Amino acid sequence: MNIVNILEEIEKVDGEIYERLNPRRAAMKSFANMGKKISLAAMPLAMGSMFQKAYGQTTPSVVTDVLNFALALEYLEYHFYNHALVAAPSLTFTAQQRTEITVIRDHEMAHVNLLKGALGASARAEITYAMTDYTAGNTFPTVYSDYVTFLKVALGFEDTGVRAYKGQAGNLLGNPVLTTALQIHSVEARHAAHIRTMLNAAGATGLKPWITIGPGGIGNDTGVAAVNAVYAGEELTTQAGINIAGIATGVTAAAAAECFDEPLAKANVAVIANLFLKDGFKLS
Amino acid sequence: MAGAALLAAGCTKDRGIVAPSSTGVTLDFKDDFGVLNYAYALEQLEAAFYIQVASAPPADFTTAERTYFQDIQFHEIAHREFLKKALGSNAIGSLEVNFSSIDFKTRNGVLTIAKAFEDLGVAAYNGAGVRIKSVDYLLLAGKIVSVEGRHAAYIRDLISPGSFANLNELTGSGASVSGALDASLTPDKVLPIAATYIKTKINVINL
Repeated sequence: MNIVNILEEIEKVDGEIYERLNPRRAAMKSFANMGKKISLAAMPLAMGSMFQKAYGQTTPSVVTDVLNFALALEYLEYHFYNHALVAAPSLTFTAQQRTEITVIRDHEMAHVNLLKGALGASARAEITYAMTDYTAGNTFPTVYSDYVTFLKVALGFEDTGVRAYKGQAGNLLGNPVLTTALQIHSVEARHAAHIRTMLNAAGATGLKPWITIGPGGIGNDTGVAAVNAVYAGEELTTQAGINIAGIATGVTAAAAAECFDEPLAKANVAVIANLFLKDGFKLS
Repeated sequence: MAGAALLAAGCTKDRGIVAPSSTGVTLDFKDDFGVLNYAYALEQLEAAFYIQVASAPPADFTTAERTYFQDIQFHEIAHREFLKKALGSNAIGSLEVNFSSIDFKTRNGVLTIAKAFEDLGVAAYNGAGVRIKSVDYLLLAGKIVSVEGRHAAYIRDLISPGSFANLNELTGSGASVSGALDASLTPDKVLPIAATYIKTKINVINL
């Protein structure tokens, strides 16, 4: 997309586009500044808030809702990792582990900033660390002192994040914002696979970089019953009415479940997210 | 007439001309079938690669690596077969691959290409999503792309631990470091790269 061309096209029918974008006649200056703050890849998102400003038209509320929902999840992920890195002295990392968790923390921060910038005035209230409870009401009391527990909760966040974005894709059908959402979605999938690799290195058993069928045929392959809701439905082996198990020689039920990740509806994601939010700050 | 047709077919055979490689396949992006066939083409390529790796893994592959590459092989075969079935009579034909440039004998050779294919697959699905008109197909593409992302992360970590989401390496494929956004490429960028490994001519219309 050539943003300057688009603005020029609009100028032909609306000579005051630049002033509408910024009534103080410094539109191009602020546009240039925006370019510095927001990468080209984020332009579809930024365009949405620019045009909202210019014409007072709301971005379809369904899109705003998706982005605000994503923003809430990204805040939750960011604070989870950030606290581990800066304020959990009992949780010890090797230098390599610290580097890798920092990469993920920084990605979540970038997602927060991207979404916040795109939403502008429509952005939801900030979620601070003080509003969270990463022990989930003492379900994971050692989340910030035991490395494996920390990673298992991290995995819950990442695998939930992948499912949450997937579940919202349909609401962005054909919208340029979809591409940005998909680009976040696959980064979360990379995180999830890496946390699984870190867990394997720490001696966890039964985990692959991809979600396989858990003991007893359920979708949860982590061995942590408290996160069953994160994986409910991941055991699915049928897609679009086509049975994937046995679709070719060697494609077992496990392979069939592994090779398709499943979406999760917003309400189900909220139930999981709310386990980690204190009363008064839960998502609706 | 029947005799002439037979004669023509006979002549073609005598010359050793195989119809699919001379005419190729056509991806018609006018509708969702075009996007699904595009995915089907890429999954055919990935499946063929992993089948060859899994049938004769490099000697320096660990046991765990052999197991996971078997897994990935079956994931890609399942994607390929699923798309073929979902497309039904709209499916393009089978593609003939050309892996002559790939070093299948060494771990490094295999991992290098595996990384390239997985990152390309992620970029391709991310970039094609916005073209999809059906919510159901979009969701199916979403279900596949995150698994490709998991493959990519796993393979990247094998090459260099901690490089699972090294977006700096992917900016040439549309990734954004500042936004922590993964690669995203349009079909016109993906297909020439894929074509390096595909013998069958792929024609593109209505892109």
